[in-house]
Amino acid sequence: MDFTLNDEQRMFAETAQTLFGDTCTPDHWRKQMESGEARDDARWNAIVETGLTLLLLPEEAGGLGLTELDFALIAEKAGYVALPEPLAESAGVAAPLLAALAPDSEVLADPSATIAIQHPANPYVLDADLAGAIILHKDGEAYLATPDQVTLTREESIDPFRRLFKVEWDVANATPLGKADWDLALDRGALFCAAQGLGLAQRAVDLAVAYAQERQQFGKPIGSYQAVKHHLASAQVAIEFARPVVLAAAADIGKRDVQARARISHAKLVALEAAEKAAKASIQVHGAMGYSWEVDVHLFLKRALALKQYWGSPAFHRGRIANRMFTQPTGPDQTFARETENA
Amino acid sequence: MDLTYTPEQQAFRAEVRAWLEAHVPAQPLEHYDATREGFEAHRQWEATLKQGDWGMVTWPKEYGGRGVDLIQWLIFEEEYYRAGAPGRVNQNGIFLLGPTLMEFGTHEQKARFLPPMASGEEIWAQAWSEPQAGSDLAGVRATAVRDGDEYVLNGHKIWSSRAVFADWAFGLFRAPGTERHHGMSLIFFPLNAPGVTVNAIKKINGHVGFAEIFLEDVRVPAFNRLGDEGQGWHICMATAGFERGLMLRSPARYQVAAARLAELWEANRDSADPALEADVVRAFMNAEAYALNIYQTASRLMAGAKIGPEASTNKIFWSEMDIHLTETALGILGPQAELTQEAPDAASYDWMDDYIFSLAGPIYAGSNEIQRNIIAERMLGLPRK
Ligand SMILES: Cc1cc2nc3c(=O)[nH]c(=O)nc-3n(C[C@H](O)[C@H](O)[C@H](O)COP(=O)(O)OP(=O)(O)OC[C@H]3O[C@@H](n4cnc5c(N)ncnc54)[C@H](O)[C@@H]3O)c2cc1C
Repeated sequence: MDFTLNDEQRMFAETAQTLFGDTCTPDHWRKQMESGEARDDARWNAIVETGLTLLLLPEEAGGLGLTELDFALIAEKAGYVALPEPLAESAGVAAPLLAALAPDSEVLADPSATIAIQHPANPYVLDADLAGAIILHKDGEAYLATPDQVTLTREESIDPFRRLFKVEWDVANATPLGKADWDLALDRGALFCAAQGLGLAQRAVDLAVAYAQERQQFGKPIGSYQAVKHHLASAQVAIEFARPVVLAAAADIGKRDVQARARISHAKLVALEAAEKAAKASIQVHGAMGYSWEVDVHLFLKRALALKQYWGSPAFHRGRIANRMFTQPTGPDQTFARETENA
Repeated sequence: MDLTYTPEQQAFRAEVRAWLEAHVPAQPLEHYDATREGFEAHRQWEATLKQGDWGMVTWPKEYGGRGVDLIQWLIFEEEYYRAGAPGRVNQNGIFLLGPTLMEFGTHEQKARFLPPMASGEEIWAQAWSEPQAGSDLAGVRATAVRDGDEYVLNGHKIWSSRAVFADWAFGLFRAPGTERHHGMSLIFFPLNAPGVTVNAIKKINGHVGFAEIFLEDVRVPAFNRLGDEGQGWHICMATAGFERGLMLRSPARYQVAAARLAELWEANRDSADPALEADVVRAFMNAEAYALNIYQTASRLMAGAKIGPEASTNKIFWSEMDIHLTETALGILGPQAELTQEAPDAASYDWMDDYIFSLAGPIYAGSNEIQRNIIAERMLGLPRK
């Protein structure tokens, strides 16, 4: 039993943090929003060059063969900057699914290409127009198509950086890939949503802390008032108790049993609750500034609200936890238990 | 990261489980706060634990422990709660003072105080709060005046849990003329020493769970001072870290409660408000999250980290989780919830008592308002007043 991260994991996460911190600042978001650019090519290239898109791919598909835990740490940092590019969806979910079905696929050979995925859990497909390929779903089977082989209808999201599409397509125009592991894709999707939620939450708190130190009312920084402190302390408590759940879920996703799935669901629920709580607290602490487009907090709220319903609704995930609770033993010796041990 | 138990850890679990199955009393003991008999029955149980060397498993062997690490301590606690073993009447000693003594005590002090603590021969109370110094602990007025090899103690302590029946207390005293955080010392005194008067105070459940203590020229050897003179505040904060951070509320307690709640739900599913299922699931999630957080902290401490202000997040989390969990049980019980255990139709488990006790959680061990201040100022760096 060792519930700590190793040096390599910490190093990777720090590298990502630095890269995102340098290239994904409020200035960058603003420019992107004004110009309507969906993607910052310089940043995406830097992400690709650093190898972050190869993390989860198996070595035989040209990847680094690392684990979901390693990737979750990166996704958390992506959440911290509200990264506009679909790193989690493409490199975290779609690419490994494709690599499992068609390791020789051409899109995998181009590390800068993103891959979009249509999953039964999500009615709208993220970044479908810019993808090198879209994985499509029909009756449990997977198909692959390029954006020009399908019909895309843009569905505007409240989050200016989430580019959603309804995808209509014809089996005749797509390449069949066979039966796919949609459950694993959902688990990865939910897990990386959770990890991003941790980052979103911490950023919302950090923005509010910085503001509360500067902003003066009644002759003192507002951060010296207890009502303000307590909003942020409560949000921080939620983060502290979501984080170990997310890490444990990431470490155990490969077990693929009832317990592992329940833990992913738990992680998704609490991390996005923490994000929502932190964003709301942050808006309150910023006062009317927090309600303005100019201040960035709303981006974190909107991303949190979107991710909360993406890769399975709260009710779906609560149901998976209830299933674990009522079909498997619970109690103090069952924290790390496995289905097989109790068979 | 490796979230599986090693063969040694599994063997340890099996050993604890086998011993507890053979020794845990078949009938629950009367509550230690209810009567002197209940208290003494628990002292007897502590002695039994000590015979198996289970008094305080993380202490070194020479002080009455087993020298196991924090993960094994968690496993021990899991088995302990799983077995339904009696509550630890000496929790102030073994979980709060014990770790503090281990860090700040001399070898002689450890040898003198730890073994009888581990065996329940000496049961401890914490005498910090005073009528005028609750949340503002730096405002304590009780004094300790050095007189040769002794201290002379005077003052008025209050809300001291289990002091009615306990043997010893560890108190916070100041040198006369000192103010606030300066000049404080942590000093031990026997509760039957000449000059000590203990008056029981009833808690809202009617138990004599705490007491006020008057000290009039109570003389104790200077040996009874933990750490240096004037270092009391610093040491107390370390104790408070143990109290909030890890030891006082091990996760197993809530995991057992959550499992019991799930049983209650399953038995009443057809009649209870269906919306309560979400709260039952939430109770399980909270208990799991708390366990994972504590396993993570234990792993970090074993890798050399020190417990910091994040201890305050634990205090808030477990106290709020406890209220939510027991409130959910009352909701499932519906009209039956208000019946006392004496009522003919009473439920088989006293959820109301647990609920009433849960309401103290946000008050003791430093109120949650104070914990939120600590988080905001020391974790997040917001300005003090
Ligand atoms: C069941 C129980 C067992 C206890 N056991 C022990 C024991 O064994 N030994 C011991 O020494 N003490 C014990 N205590 C006492 C406990 O530590 C104190 O009750 C606690 O520190 C609060 O102090 P107080 O009761 O004086 O409340 P006060 O300090 O008067 O506080 C009253 C209210 O005001 C709030 N408040 C106070 N100051 C601030 C502030 N600066 N900012 C925001 N809010 C503030 C508090 O949060 C609280 O809600 C116990 C208490 C209980 C309920």
